[in-house]
Amino acid sequence: MPAMPQERDPSRVSLYVDDEFYRALVANFSDWQRDEREVTNPAIRDRCQALLYQEARLLDQGQFEKWLTLYTPECLYWVPATPEKGDPRKEVAIAFDDRRRLEDRVYRLRTGYAWSQVPPSRTTRLISNVEVFRADQQATYMVRSTFVINEFRAGETRRLAGWSGHRLAQHDGRWQILVKQINLLDCDQNLRNPSVIL
Amino acid sequence: MLETPAGTMSLPTTPELPYDWDWLVQEDRAHRVLYTDPNIFQDEMTKIFGAAWVYLAHVSQIPRNDDFVTTRLGLRPIIVLRDSQGTIRALYNRCTHRGSTVCRLDRGSAKAFQCPYHGWTFLNTGKLTGVPWPDGYACDFKDSKFNLAQVPRVDLYRGFVFGTLNPDAPPLLDYLGPVTTPIDEWLDRHPGGRVVVCEANRLKYKGNWKLAYDNSCDGYHVVFSHRSLLAMENRLEADADKGMSFYKSRPDEAPMYCQYLGHGHHFKDKRPNVEKRPGALWEIEAAHPGREYYEDKLRRRLGSKAGRALDLAASEPVNINVFPNLLILGNHVQVIEPLAVDETNLTWYGTAVVDETGELGGAVDDVNALRMRTQEAFPNFGEVDDAANFEQIQRGLAAQEDEWVYMHRGLGVPGRIKVADNGVVTAPATDEVFMREYMKEWKRLMRSRPHLVVRREP
Repeated sequence: MPAMPQERDPSRVSLYVDDEFYRALVANFSDWQRDEREVTNPAIRDRCQALLYQEARLLDQGQFEKWLTLYTPECLYWVPATPEKGDPRKEVAIAFDDRRRLEDRVYRLRTGYAWSQVPPSRTTRLISNVEVFRADQQATYMVRSTFVINEFRAGETRRLAGWSGHRLAQHDGRWQILVKQINLLDCDQNLRNPSVIL
Repeated sequence: MLETPAGTMSLPTTPELPYDWDWLVQEDRAHRVLYTDPNIFQDEMTKIFGAAWVYLAHVSQIPRNDDFVTTRLGLRPIIVLRDSQGTIRALYNRCTHRGSTVCRLDRGSAKAFQCPYHGWTFLNTGKLTGVPWPDGYACDFKDSKFNLAQVPRVDLYRGFVFGTLNPDAPPLLDYLGPVTTPIDEWLDRHPGGRVVVCEANRLKYKGNWKLAYDNSCDGYHVVFSHRSLLAMENRLEADADKGMSFYKSRPDEAPMYCQYLGHGHHFKDKRPNVEKRPGALWEIEAAHPGREYYEDKLRRRLGSKAGRALDLAASEPVNINVFPNLLILGNHVQVIEPLAVDETNLTWYGTAVVDETGELGGAVDDVNALRMRTQEAFPNFGEVDDAANFEQIQRGLAAQEDEWVYMHRGLGVPGRIKVADNGVVTAPATDEVFMREYMKEWKRLMRSRPHLVVRREP
C-alpha cells in the first residue's frame, strides 16, 4: 500500500466522514436486499463467504490488529441502535466507528485496563445464510449474513444474535470491507456489557 | 379524583422493615445490605421510586398530541403521553379489568389503548370508553374505578417530566431547589435554551441502582476506572490533554468541584478546568468520526463564530444528578431504571441541538452530525468499564461478614468542605461528601411513611 501523508491518513484524521459519505451510506444501506440483484456466481459467493469466515475467526482469536487489515483505510463499523437504523447524522448509534475510532477500539482493548474486557471474553461465532447482492459500483458487493456469537465471560455464557450487512470491494488487489453494519436483534434494548467487537 | 388505595388498611404499602437505619448508614460508611437486600429494594420502590419526584420522560419524546412512550415509575409500568387535548399524563399501563398492560410498544401515537386480552378500551385520558358486550355486566362502567390509574402529580421543569405518587411531596420546583441552576446553565448553552432527546446508548448491569448514583458525582474513580479511555483519547499526540485529562496528576487541587444540593441531588462541575472562551471546550474533545471535515466546514462557514458552534458538539463537562434517577452529563440525559436489587438499566439518551431562530447560521445539522459522534464515545469506551466495576462490586458485596462500604474521602480533613447559607455543600471533585450527604437523604426517606395514591379520571 502506498504511504499516506500523515495529514490525510484516515488512521489519524477523519476527513472522509463528510456529507457525501453519510449520504451514500444511508443510500447504500437502504433497500439493497433485492432478489434481482442477487449474485449467483459461485466464485464470487465463495470469496465473500470466505472473507466473512476469516473475519469471524480473527475476532474469535483476538487477532484484532490483523482483523483491522480486512477493512479499507476509509471504512466504517456501524451498529445501529434501532431496527430502522435511522439517519446517523441525527441519531446516536451503538457504535459508529470510522477508521481512527476502530483503531481506538482495538487500542483500548490492548491497554489491559479496559475492565469490561479484563479478562477478555471468549467467543465463537456462527456465520450463516450468506447472500451476496450486486451494488451500484463496479466490483462492489453487499453481503447479508446472520450471526450467533457465543460469548463466555466472568463465569457466564450468553448469545448475541442478529444479521450483518457487509459492503465489500476489491481494494488494492484484494477483497476488503468498506462498511460493516451489524444489526443486533435487541439493538434497541438495554445491553449488558456490549464491549466485544461484533 | 385522588384515591387512597382500597387495600391500604389490610395490605399496608409501606411495611416497616426491622432495620436500624442509623446503623446501616453511618457518617463514613454504608452497610452492604443497602445494595443486596431484596426487602430494602422493594421498600425503595415505594419510599423513593414512588414518594420522591422521579424523572419519567422528556417532552421532546412526545412532541405532538396523542404521542406516547412507555417507561417505569419504579417497577410500575407507565405510559407517559400527551393526550388528545395536549395534557401530559402518566397513566398506569395496567388494565383495570385483569391487570394486563394495555400498551406493548416502546413509543408511538394513539388516541386510545385497547387491552389485547378482553378488549377493554381506554382513551388517552385514562377514561374507560368501552367494554365488549356490556350487557353481561350489572355494574355501572361510569364508576371512575374502572378508569386507568394515573400518577396524581406530574410536573415539568424545562422539558423534563417528573411524577410522584406522594401528595405530601413538596412542589417540583422546591424539590429540585438549587439543582435548577446547573440544569438552566446546561440548557441555556443551546440555541433557544433547549435540546431534543434522540436515540440512546442503552446499557444494563447486574448490580444495584445506587452503584450508578454513587458513581455519577465521583471524581475519584476517573483515572482508574477510565484508565483505558484516557490512554485511548490521548494516544495520537505527545503531551495531549484530551477528554478528562485534568483528572491526572493532582485532581484534589484542580479548580473543579463537587456539590451536594439537597434532596439527594449532587453536582460535579468540571467547567472551571476549561478556559472560558469559545472553542476551548472543543479543543479538549477527543477525536471522533468526521471531526476534521466538519470542523473545517464550520470554520469556513462561521468564521470567528465557529468556536461556539463547535463547543455545542463537545461534551459539556458537568454531571448534574437529580435524585433518584436523572443524570445529565456531557450532552447526555442518562436515566437509571432499577429492575431488581441486582439489576439496573442505564439509558444514555443522546441529545440534539435545535435552532429555530438561526443562531447557528444554518450550521445546526453539521453541529449535530459531530455531536452524535462525540456522544457515542463515553458509553462505548467509558461506561462499559464502570458497569463492569459495578457488577464486580455487587459480586464483592456478597461477602456477608465484610459489611461496610466506605465513603469517607474528605471527611475530617480541615478546610476541605464548605457549607453555604443555603445548605449547599462544596468540596473538591474527588471528595465523597456527595455520597455521604445523599445517603443521609436516602436514610430519611427510608424512615418515612409516605401514603402513596393514584388518581383516576372522574
